[in-house]
Amino acid sequence: MIKFKLNGKEILANENETIWQAAKRNEVEIPHLCHADEVGYDPDGNCRACVVQIDKERTLAASCIRKPAEGMEVNSIASEVKDTQKMIFELLAADQPCKETHPDPDSKFWNWSEKLAIDEKQFPKNKIIKRDISHPSMHVNLEACINCNLCVRACREVQSNDVIGMAYRGHKTKVVFDFDDEMGSSSCVGCGECVQACPTGALMEKSLLNEKGSREVFPDKTVNSLCPYCGVGCQTKVYVKNNKIVQVDGRDGPANNQKLCVKGRFGFDYIHDKGRLTKPLIRIEGVEKKKIEDYSNLQVKDFFREATWSEVINLSAKKLKNIKDKFGSSAVCGFGSAKGSNEEAYLFQKLIRTAFKTNNVDHCTRLCHASSVAALMECIGSGAVSAPFTAVKDSDCMIVIGARPTTNHPVAATYFKRAAKDGKKLIIMDPRKQDLSRHAYRHLQFKPGKDVALLNSMIYTIIEEKLYDEQYIASMTEGFKALQENIKKFKPEDMEKVCGIKAEDIRDTARVYAKSERSIIFWGMGISQHIHGTDNSRCLITLALITGHIGRPGTGLHPLRGQNNVQGASDAGLIPMVFPDYKSVEDQNIHNNMEAFWQTELDNKKGLTVVEIIDNVCKGKIKGMYVMGENPVMSDPDQNHTIEGMTKLETLVVQDIFMTETAWYADIILPASAHAEKNGTFTNTNRQVQMGRKVIDAPGEAKEDLDIIIDLANALGLNWKYTHASDVFKEMADIMPSLKNITWERIDFEDSVTYPCEDRDKPGSEIVFAQKFPTSSGLGKIVPTNIISPDELPDQEFPFVLTTGRLLEHWHTGAMTRRSVTLDKIEPEAVVSMNSLDMDYLKLQPGKKVKVKTRRGSITLSVRQDREIPKGMIFIPFCFTEAAANKLTNPQLDPYGKIPEFKYCAAKVEMNN
Amino acid sequence: MQNINKKAPGRRNKVFFNKGRQADNKSLKEAENLLKEYFPLKKDMLIEYLHLFNDKYNALFPKHLRALSELCKLSMSEIYEVASFYAHFHIVNEDTDTVADITIKVCDSITCAMYEAEKIYNNAKLKHKNLRVEKAPCMGRCNYAPIVEVNHNHILNANNDKISEAIADRKFSYKNDSYINYEEYVKSGGYQLFHKINSGEISFDKMIDVFSKAGLRGLGGAGFPAYKKWQFVKSYNAPRLMCINADEGEPGTFKDRYYLNKDPHRFIEGTLVAAKLVEAEKCYIYIRDEYYGLIKLIEKQINILEEKNIFSKGYLEIRRGAGAYICGEESALIESIEGKRGLPRNRPPYVAEVGLFGRPTLVHNVETVYWIREIFDKGGEWFSSCGRNGRKGLRTFSVSGFVKNQGIKLTDAGITVNQLIEEHCGGMLDGHIFKGYLPGGASGGILPESLGDIPLDFDTLQEYDCFIGSAAIVILSDKVDMKNIGLNLMKFFEDESCGQCTPCRNGTSMAVKLMKENIWNVELLTKLSKTMNKASICGLGQAAPNPLQSIIKHFKKDIS
Repeated sequence: MIKFKLNGKEILANENETIWQAAKRNEVEIPHLCHADEVGYDPDGNCRACVVQIDKERTLAASCIRKPAEGMEVNSIASEVKDTQKMIFELLAADQPCKETHPDPDSKFWNWSEKLAIDEKQFPKNKIIKRDISHPSMHVNLEACINCNLCVRACREVQSNDVIGMAYRGHKTKVVFDFDDEMGSSSCVGCGECVQACPTGALMEKSLLNEKGSREVFPDKTVNSLCPYCGVGCQTKVYVKNNKIVQVDGRDGPANNQKLCVKGRFGFDYIHDKGRLTKPLIRIEGVEKKKIEDYSNLQVKDFFREATWSEVINLSAKKLKNIKDKFGSSAVCGFGSAKGSNEEAYLFQKLIRTAFKTNNVDHCTRLCHASSVAALMECIGSGAVSAPFTAVKDSDCMIVIGARPTTNHPVAATYFKRAAKDGKKLIIMDPRKQDLSRHAYRHLQFKPGKDVALLNSMIYTIIEEKLYDEQYIASMTEGFKALQENIKKFKPEDMEKVCGIKAEDIRDTARVYAKSERSIIFWGMGISQHIHGTDNSRCLITLALITGHIGRPGTGLHPLRGQNNVQGASDAGLIPMVFPDYKSVEDQNIHNNMEAFWQTELDNKKGLTVVEIIDNVCKGKIKGMYVMGENPVMSDPDQNHTIEGMTKLETLVVQDIFMTETAWYADIILPASAHAEKNGTFTNTNRQVQMGRKVIDAPGEAKEDLDIIIDLANALGLNWKYTHASDVFKEMADIMPSLKNITWERIDFEDSVTYPCEDRDKPGSEIVFAQKFPTSSGLGKIVPTNIISPDELPDQEFPFVLTTGRLLEHWHTGAMTRRSVTLDKIEPEAVVSMNSLDMDYLKLQPGKKVKVKTRRGSITLSVRQDREIPKGMIFIPFCFTEAAANKLTNPQLDPYGKIPEFKYCAAKVEMNN
Repeated sequence: MQNINKKAPGRRNKVFFNKGRQADNKSLKEAENLLKEYFPLKKDMLIEYLHLFNDKYNALFPKHLRALSELCKLSMSEIYEVASFYAHFHIVNEDTDTVADITIKVCDSITCAMYEAEKIYNNAKLKHKNLRVEKAPCMGRCNYAPIVEVNHNHILNANNDKISEAIADRKFSYKNDSYINYEEYVKSGGYQLFHKINSGEISFDKMIDVFSKAGLRGLGGAGFPAYKKWQFVKSYNAPRLMCINADEGEPGTFKDRYYLNKDPHRFIEGTLVAAKLVEAEKCYIYIRDEYYGLIKLIEKQINILEEKNIFSKGYLEIRRGAGAYICGEESALIESIEGKRGLPRNRPPYVAEVGLFGRPTLVHNVETVYWIREIFDKGGEWFSSCGRNGRKGLRTFSVSGFVKNQGIKLTDAGITVNQLIEEHCGGMLDGHIFKGYLPGGASGGILPESLGDIPLDFDTLQEYDCFIGSAAIVILSDKVDMKNIGLNLMKFFEDESCGQCTPCRNGTSMAVKLMKENIWNVELLTKLSKTMNKASICGLGQAAPNPLQSIIKHFKKDIS
């Protein structure tokens, strides 16, 4: 502690505390503008609003950056000090637009100006700059800019996007995007961190401004909640005006520390889209279900009639029950959703299992990390991550393979970029380059589908060069001998040709990973969505097990989960093979326990997975389907096949907020609630169970999903008595050991609790498997792998490798984001990304319309020139209904995870005439 | 000079490209060729890389900057903010722009302005429409005012004919004066001190003893005792670094250029001795771009010394400035060596503790190290025995303005300006009556003729709210308009402010605006001055209102 005097009063400062911080703790207010006092922002001391007199120093010092010394005398209120602070504001006010038409009269700048009673007309106006309105969601008025550098720090230090700079000098100093380009045409990724940081409103959400750029919207309440999009699980503060969301800020959650990405911050408007379902609907009798080619101009009234809730609930129950009675339990199935809450997932699978006595219940986890989970369960006995992505702060080496976090987990990516900037070695392995590559120590751009060859040759190097952790292998693993034998085939010098990476680079990468004190591996769909997805994951697990890079801070295995609640939905048992907490449905003991717990008979055979269900629908074996919040027509491989199934279903009940492509084939449509319209818990990729809160009411007659499930269950005779999501959570906690010591009330109070959690008043364990693995032997199992080729290799007729995935702005099938005005403005059109060399060869210009064909279908879309794509490969995002990538994809499955090979099939590109 | 309203071009042709400008293969090739010898690229070398492009293509084209950002793994804004900070980089907006290969820069700093540089500029603007004609700050030749630079060629006592002649004869290079070469320097006992220090024959303590007796102070302007700096830097844990500040930019100052040119090895030996004393791992010599010929000269001498194994290759590394007065401020200089904009740092920590690349760093001005050998050879007492009017030591005055003999005047510290004019400058120019003087360049304030008998030295001018700084004396006469003098100096600070802190960025600019008025709002200007002086981060902003305040105080008649 440091003792010093502030305004004549002795106070104590903590070690490393600045004068400003110590003053704040002691309730002495000092004006500040460039100092954010928020997580991630270092003080900069440039605006000088916080100057104080220290001892007899010749000049005043910025209290935000200066640390007190023992015995120092600081004065923040002497008239000379106050006059100086005031004049700083007056100088800044000279250039501001006048308060009445200001972008933000409620900004930090004006609030402090008011407190200091400044004369805003003391100085004449000295700067005129035009507004920049080129970005769909952000408004730039640099006349209001005070050059405080907070946006630069937000963009550089907090988000590490490095788009904003402070260019030129002197009074001409100006915030610029890239080369002083318009924001909307710059490399800006729209995270809006700068907007949240700006103390004047120079950078503002357009949603709060009128046409002229003056603030018009002032929210009437805020609610603390969560982002509805990816598995990162960012905590949000949602601003509401007249039951409409008008603004979203990031909160200091454990997974985001105030940060958000473009979707989380600006993609909230989808819920106010005019296409929201607000009435229960029933298919008009006689309207045939046939394949729809173009969904863009369909009228709901041509297909459906409006109905009452009791009518649709009773009809759904009756129809599905009839199918069960007539064709047996296995003729009914349910697709739940990883977008819903834990409570919804739990009740959904409980409904399918208890009402229809079938385990045919699955969700889109099947399409993302099913193979990863299969390998993780097999090798280390748990499908969840061993460490949160924030663990990189303690890592020395990070491998990111088969993942594009800046696109798909943008806020997680900020931690990777930050760690790389702090000198940690970031290694990227991916056939495509990406934004992270710039920060990487190495980017191994290997040939698509050759993961096993590359990873095994790394393992070879580690074994040959004795870089493995002998002690760890001996005490914590089994199967090393077999690996040593099997790995002999994978000498890097031999694999060089197979995977396309030089042996010396493979060896160097292996050395860096193995020799670093703490290494961690992250992976995504590039690993999992292959017919050899499970093998890919086994290799990664082997790397961690033989080097002992798991179970310690900064080490581990982390499959980056896609959906906001894919972890939670899987935990809750929304999987055909297991009950909640991954308990096998085929284990007699477990089966008996569950029957006792739910007090009903249950199916004791594992159910069918997503793709298998569609196959069985096509074969006529499954006839009834209940879909909650999923869109298989867009998300599943081989769309023609999926649609064939949809049209064959005898009864399809779709519960959703929009007319998704799937909904058009429904018999009954249940209008549901969006994420912001209900309460529930969500589990992110880091195993953090977090509270999502109701922000606004659902529109029209739309109902909260939980109530819909309960109503349907009761119509099916299940006699459920839940009155609130917390009742459901309580039941889950009773049967799921993973939720031990975690209660609804605790999550509500703490906003986020990590599982597993040892005690009610202790934080959960972020890093697991320090002592043993939850396998039967307690050891980590090393499973050797061999090269399996992708199912469909390019040939003369189909020479390109087609890979699919997401765009930053478009979530999954686009059901939400394509209805977000701001997001759809940034990425409005279906594109296929290609390398310029291939484009030259095919004589294609950027923007040219082409036909992309595979053995399963063909779509027409525009070419995007993309340096990140290697020659011979093309990439198509699967969010565009007008050019659905999944018309092209190959439905071949990984034998263990049952995940389709979205990341590899053969395609051709033709000029569209 | 960039236009603040520049229309941002943007390069995102709809969605058929990824976001932002994309690097093209041709520009990448060109950039790779240019940078051939520099791989693997280092971020701190950014300014050197930018020079390569600027020299080769006479401008910085967006396509090349984009390619550079890809090769350097720096973001576009990281490159752009640095490139646009330094006045010598000419960024063009469009890749298709044509650029002139000749740049005429007319010095508009105080002495040249007094010698009617404005007229030369206006004429040149009219005459050379296809060339780049710019105003530029002090070029360190004030005793030959007015100065015009045609590419690297400094034209002394310039006029428009001389400019045309240089263009016609394609005389574009910087001419050095004759200098004492390595052999001559060694013959006179050169590098013996360095060898003795290297071998341990002369101890650190011995040097401290000599230089504390000599009382040698930092001659860049701050006047911090040299031996104390050595003690401080050495007290922090290794590895340590050293920087030489050869970014002489204070209007009116030209002594460092003079010494670097005249006796480069004396400078280098002094540098090596100081570096050795604090056990610096490496020393960077930051030389302003205006002294392009000196960069080449020093580079050549370093090569000779490397060949002779006086020190290992790379131990002394020259970094070329790019046109920013602020980089003469030591922490800004350090930022610039790190490849960034020259923004002064908040203190503490001082650079002696946390300096270049975060390490303890010794920063010396050229002249400070220049004196090391002579003081050691002649003894500390010799140096302190010089001086008059109660002051000690020697001082190198750069004298310019309306006196007969302008130039470098090495004489006793403590001399008065009247003595200086009479004894060293041959009196005032004919027809000029002494009116006042700048004792320390643009930032040291202005003193009236009535205060012509005060000793000129560190610490003696404080009571008059002035300081001697780099001892750049500019003599004013009855022919000057004090309001113009004040405005010229304030404009200089406005141009050269780094723009980081409010009082300096907005203050200098606001002061210029207010000083352009026919009648000065003295009350407001005084309040503004006080805020700038009290609240600016660095000396630039703190000192910027000095001349303004001097005029208000000492030249009341001239502004009413």
